[in-house]
Amino acid sequence: MSAVTVRRRRGDPVRFVVLTGLVLLAVVTLVPFLLVAVNAVKSPSDYSRNGPLGLPESLYLRGIVDFWVRVDFAEKLMNSAVIAGAVAVLAVLVSISAAYALGIGRVHGRLWIIGVFLLANLMPQEALVYPLYYMAKKVDLYDTRLAVIIIFTAVQSAFGTYLLSSVLSRFPREILDAARIDGASRWQTLWRVVVPISWPTLSVLLVFFFIWTWNEFFIPLVMLVSNDNQTVPVALGVLQGQRLMDATTQSASALLGILPAVVFFILFQRTLTRGIAAGAVK
Amino acid sequence: MPGAALFLVIIAIPLAVNVWISFTRWQGVGTPRWVGFEQYRKLFTDETFWASTRNNLALIVAMAIIPTFLGLLLAAALFDVVAKRVGQRSASALRASFYLPQVLPAVVAGVVWGWILHPEYGAVNELLRVVGLGSWTQNWLGDEKTALLSVMAVLVWIQLGYPIVIFMAGLQRVDPELYESAEVDGASWWQRLWLITVPQIRPEIFVVLLTCTIAALKTFDKIFVLTRGGPGGATNVPSYFSFQNFFEKANVGYGAAIATLLTAVIVGLTFVFLRVQQRGES
Repeated sequence: MSAVTVRRRRGDPVRFVVLTGLVLLAVVTLVPFLLVAVNAVKSPSDYSRNGPLGLPESLYLRGIVDFWVRVDFAEKLMNSAVIAGAVAVLAVLVSISAAYALGIGRVHGRLWIIGVFLLANLMPQEALVYPLYYMAKKVDLYDTRLAVIIIFTAVQSAFGTYLLSSVLSRFPREILDAARIDGASRWQTLWRVVVPISWPTLSVLLVFFFIWTWNEFFIPLVMLVSNDNQTVPVALGVLQGQRLMDATTQSASALLGILPAVVFFILFQRTLTRGIAAGAVK
Repeated sequence: MPGAALFLVIIAIPLAVNVWISFTRWQGVGTPRWVGFEQYRKLFTDETFWASTRNNLALIVAMAIIPTFLGLLLAAALFDVVAKRVGQRSASALRASFYLPQVLPAVVAGVVWGWILHPEYGAVNELLRVVGLGSWTQNWLGDEKTALLSVMAVLVWIQLGYPIVIFMAGLQRVDPELYESAEVDGASWWQRLWLITVPQIRPEIFVVLLTCTIAALKTFDKIFVLTRGGPGGATNVPSYFSFQNFFEKANVGYGAAIATLLTAVIVGLTFVFLRVQQRGES
């Protein structure tokens, strides 16, 4: 009892200082988001009169609408969604079958294969990009969304195979034996037993593959040159690089780039924190 | 097995081809001409390459070293002070605020900061003018003196949330009795942080340092959007330098040599980290 009160008395001013510091730092972290939101709905004349720090005089949505129409943002969102969605589903399918084929429980003997998959994921894409670019041109897949889907399915499933191999190595043997005794084939065991039981891990992978692929820039930039095929990051990155945007357009474009990411964050917050934490100790 | 075929065609073969290209002189059309180690010899005497390597070290400081230290302090403060004495909800809210920049595509973060740091209409210079420090205004990303530091600041903003999330998850593993007995022995908060927290979450610290260092070595998107390596190469990095050689200078052999070297550094670093970690555990 007395120890608690002593700690209280000593802790209070410190607690206040630490708490204030943390809150201040969090506010500083969030200020760029607030600035973007405030200025994306400001008219250009308002901006040039009052600068980026004041609140908008009135709600002005023309900037966002104009930017949306000018870059056909709906099309960019669609491209990103199609590519990221296809990659997430395909990469999870490839990862689980590869990890399963590598052998449940026999993973330790194949450590070097798993090491190769890990390295494949760590490797810089610069070391693959030129041969991939050349190959895509040769087989007429250059400047197609399919090329990007194939490439990222391979890249993400390298990581997925690495991760799932270690997860499946702890899969209870008795369940597999029971399935075999009941006459299930290897594929039936995979689809009816392993996939449903590993679903928590697979769903985390699905979300991560989607978001990682959505955020990718380097290879989509190289592969998708025509406007009609570009993803959200490529379109925004290329426009920013051209230095053609004025202040309010730039904040409108930033807002349109932020919104999908924040929506994913809110939708998947639990999955993300769980997955990031699990990935760290693997 | 589709996984193996995909892995071969998209990762293993392009990687090998890239290494081969690095021993040739090739402009992307016609036949590559074998030149042995010439590209590597050129690389080691190329001041642009060395400058880009030095810049990359600065990015490692900004993306790995500062976020790890700062993240450790903030995670411990959130865990100790906020979660235990204010409430889990406040701790989670603060953690989410610090993590928010992490969910953005790097390109979008670049668009946001390109606008905030703009010399004429950016919020940072405007703020300085408002508080009477007009003489401190800078062309943050466009001046050789400030460009690298500005990029580093943006990278800290982007990266900080990742170690905080990982470390806070790691702290939940630590046995509270360790802290209690240390407190009884009269250990200060700092002593507990360095003598208990750091050794206990060593695996997390290793993972964060390794993954952030690798991410720093692969930095392309942020540089592309913020500075395009400029001004005058002040923020160029090997990753962007290889891209320039591949796609802007048609110097494919040279670009391949840079990419190969970068891959070797990343693979080597991963091995060293894993060895050190293993030794620490045994």
